[in-house]
Amino acid sequence: MNMEVLDRVVTPEPRISVIGASVKLQGVTKDFGDHRVLRGIDLTIEPGQFVAVVGRSGCGKSTLLRLVAGLDTPTQGSIAVDHQASGWRDMARLMFQESRLLPWQRVAANVAVGLTHAPNRQERREQAANALREVGLAGREHAWPSVLSGGQKQRVALARALVSHPRLLLLDEPLGALDALTRIEMQELIERVWQEKGFTAVVVTHDVSEAVALADRILMLDDGAVRLDVAVDLPRPRRRGDREAAAIEGRILQQLLQR
Amino acid sequence: MKRILPWLVPIAILSAWQVGSTLGVIQANVLPAPSAVAEAFWRVARSGELWTNIEVSAWRALVGFAIGGGIGFTLGMLNGLSSLSETLTDSTLQMVRNIPHLALIPLVILWFGIDEEAKIFLVALGVFFPIYVNTQHGVRSVDPHLLEMGRAYGMSRTALFLRVVLPGALPSIFVGLRYGLGIMWLTLIVAETISASSGIGFMAMNAREFMMVDVVVLSILVYAALGKLADSTARLLERTCLAWNPVYAKV
Repeated sequence: MNMEVLDRVVTPEPRISVIGASVKLQGVTKDFGDHRVLRGIDLTIEPGQFVAVVGRSGCGKSTLLRLVAGLDTPTQGSIAVDHQASGWRDMARLMFQESRLLPWQRVAANVAVGLTHAPNRQERREQAANALREVGLAGREHAWPSVLSGGQKQRVALARALVSHPRLLLLDEPLGALDALTRIEMQELIERVWQEKGFTAVVVTHDVSEAVALADRILMLDDGAVRLDVAVDLPRPRRRGDREAAAIEGRILQQLLQR
Repeated sequence: MKRILPWLVPIAILSAWQVGSTLGVIQANVLPAPSAVAEAFWRVARSGELWTNIEVSAWRALVGFAIGGGIGFTLGMLNGLSSLSETLTDSTLQMVRNIPHLALIPLVILWFGIDEEAKIFLVALGVFFPIYVNTQHGVRSVDPHLLEMGRAYGMSRTALFLRVVLPGALPSIFVGLRYGLGIMWLTLIVAETISASSGIGFMAMNAREFMMVDVVVLSILVYAALGKLADSTARLLERTCLAWNPVYAKV
């Protein structure tokens, strides 16, 4: 019997999968004072798609994500998530570059922050524990955030984002502050939960190889507009250093460097 | 061994003091021997005088602290959260803050006489500012990233206040609390020494009239003990409320 099989035979858990939300942006423009950050962006994201947005710093990629998260409103144009022009906040969840855990709450309570409509305490506790198990942190419910490593904190943040079963997951450079190995583990984790649950995912990153490793589709933003829209049609799980992946990465990097 | 070490110096001083008094090096009308102070303690404790005075002083301290601290906390929160409220009141408060509150004693005696109100007013005024300043600072220094996270995760305004703002401001509020407790005793000592007909300060001044130096020294020690008690309570509260913070958890 081989070890891999043994490892997989853990207690079967009920997996809750969702139908990913579609995202549609029409002529979205955003100004901060005199500065135009986004210039008339038209974009349609299919349900369940994994989209990566890359670009130089200051190209407007984080602003785009915050608009889709409903944290900010566009100056012009419209955004619809799942064909709804407003009130989609509950189905979308945002993960930040820093974990942004509440240091004064234990891990379980931090995860429960994601549960806005939980019926009762018992339910909250169970759902938080389930979400923690999904990110590989079972049994750490009572730890304080201050004792966790950077990678573990991001796992808790991921559990907090997933606990309400969002249909749209937005990730704002979620792995930017992690070391290379932890980063690869987190990429695999994010890919795995995305495949299991079926939500739509949008990740903003400055790391092109990360985008190629994760996304179905890569958008390159430059000066507030979509400069490049590349489909990444590679089988999953993707191997690092794959020749086709390297080719796509090279193409995008070349575009990014041209300026 | 480590537990005994901090006590060595105080014990040595106390012994030297006792020996000095017994040998007559330290005169009794300058500084009575520790044994004499202990005797005085026994005397006033048995007559009940000590306890009534402690009760009166503690009551003044706590009522003044509750009033001043309550107003300071509320205004600090308000001015930390709302810039309108801050623009309206902060510069006025900062101006008033620069008046040493003990300078108001003559005025306060004119207003309230030497009744309870005078002492409570002074204590409240003294306690108000450290609590106000530190609460406001605490609210201001709450991580804006956490506030944004709370909003993105659909927290209501109440939830945002209770789960993010208040706990975030708490370490700073505790600094204000401990500082305020110090000012509370200081103010009370001055106020009771100058004008009072009861309380520890009165007990000391009264004993001075009758040249009972032992009771004077005892009163000073009682003040020290009460101050230490208040500070220890605040520290205990701090350690319980801020257990999440590694800085406080180990102290």
